[in-house]
Amino acid sequence: MTPLRYLRALGGIMLRELFRFVHQRERFISALVRPLVWLFIFAAGFRSTLGVAIIPPYETYILYEVYITPGLIGMIQLFNGMQSSLSMVYDREMGSMKTLLISPLPRGYLLVCKLLAGVLVSLLQAYAFLVIAGLSGVDIPLSGYISVLPALILSGLMLGGLGLLMSSFIKQLENFAGVMNFVIFPLFFLSTALYPLWKMEESSPWLHGLAGINPFSQAVEMIRFALYGQVNPYAIAYTTVAMLIFVVAAIVGYNPSRGMMQRKTGAP
Amino acid sequence: MNAIYASDLRLPFERQGLPALQVEALGYHYGDKPALQQVGFEVYPGQFTLLLGPNGAGKTTLFSLLTRLFQSRSGSIRIAGYDLAREGTRALAHLGVVFQQSTLDMDLSVEQNLRYHASLHGLSRRDADVRILEELSRQTMYERRREKVRALNGGHRRRVEIARALLHQPRVLLLDEPTVGLDLPSRKALVDYAHQLAHEQRIAVLWTTHLIDEVHADDHLVILHRGRVQACGTVGQVLATTGCPDVGTAFQQLTGEQQR
Repeated sequence: MTPLRYLRALGGIMLRELFRFVHQRERFISALVRPLVWLFIFAAGFRSTLGVAIIPPYETYILYEVYITPGLIGMIQLFNGMQSSLSMVYDREMGSMKTLLISPLPRGYLLVCKLLAGVLVSLLQAYAFLVIAGLSGVDIPLSGYISVLPALILSGLMLGGLGLLMSSFIKQLENFAGVMNFVIFPLFFLSTALYPLWKMEESSPWLHGLAGINPFSQAVEMIRFALYGQVNPYAIAYTTVAMLIFVVAAIVGYNPSRGMMQRKTGAP
Repeated sequence: MNAIYASDLRLPFERQGLPALQVEALGYHYGDKPALQQVGFEVYPGQFTLLLGPNGAGKTTLFSLLTRLFQSRSGSIRIAGYDLAREGTRALAHLGVVFQQSTLDMDLSVEQNLRYHASLHGLSRRDADVRILEELSRQTMYERRREKVRALNGGHRRRVEIARALLHQPRVLLLDEPTVGLDLPSRKALVDYAHQLAHEQRIAVLWTTHLIDEVHADDHLVILHRGRVQACGTVGQVLATTGCPDVGTAFQQLTGEQQR
């Protein structure tokens, strides 16, 4: 096995994910509409109720739309991570997961390829949203579009890793509705996506604590700083560690000898 | 239509006259319930071997172990001379698989499906082109390579799946009840094609089924029942040891099941 063969496999897996993404136009549109609804309706209505003080990385008072834009990018990637996870469970039920797992490459590598392919799709969605947000008046520096890329890759890996981990122990598609309620909503609402941490502290120290340890908060903060060409080392470190934990646990979960594949694929 | 015949370069196991697929003392449990016990058999290059067993005999478990979807702690599996547990990726590189349930992407074209598989096996774009041309033309499917899989009928989908399993020129081809859901002419064509692959290309074919009429007279048999190998050998040998006039009676005697 030469490095070239590894790269070809990665290319093939990414291409397949892109093809599938292109075929599912509804998925792209809903991935785009969801955050736009938040941006144009929720944020517009909420603008007057919530005053955002000057907090880093912002240097002046900002509109609420500007505040929630990084959170909505995080939301896109969160949904995409869960969507990939859903499609892995679907693949496993449909059997196409098998053709991937019997390829002559280490299983961990194949799963990482899957993860990267999902990140690629999430980048397309995130940039489409950013462009629309920028055109509609959300103030983002031009250089921000570039400086945010590494942050988006890292947050995409972390949230995709979470999806991968979940797909390793979700047995059937039916269980997936629960995922929405118990993973996506708490992660999103208990984070800095919609309101800054200090605001939460005013209402409840409990919520404040939970939002602080929520890895999704840290991913959003990382994106927020990166959009303005700034670095938030704590958020980056936190997201990286969370990403590593999720990915390693997922790979262990898919290991045939000790993992859950056994119970899941089930007895004949 | 000569292509990259990597298969001209013989592997060590071929030079030594060893089996392409070797299963030894294989066991597997679901909890306390044994699914397979002391399963052992061999398939040599050019042999067409039928794995016969009633439903629940352990065929699917065995298939999952052979493809490394499950891993067993007892016994061993060698593919093309490589131990599946210790040299998994090398072993899998010589294995082609057709699963019972179709694993093609319905919304992608035939060619896109095959390209995806070729990339997983590390084939370059040019090699993939050549191999796709070869395998699809051999089954008269090349003209239809741009069609979506969804547009094909069951028999044609199976052809694509076999072409896919052969793209990387495996030494061992596994097929898990590949004729399920096919009409009679498609079934016969598929059975004949798999025999041809074994005899002409020296591929070791293992074909699981519970349908006795898929047996040819010169095939090898492995009869599995309640997780154990009940009989193993050529059709002639199995008939001689059981003293039965035909495979159907032998199968019934060994498994106590009604033949279908």
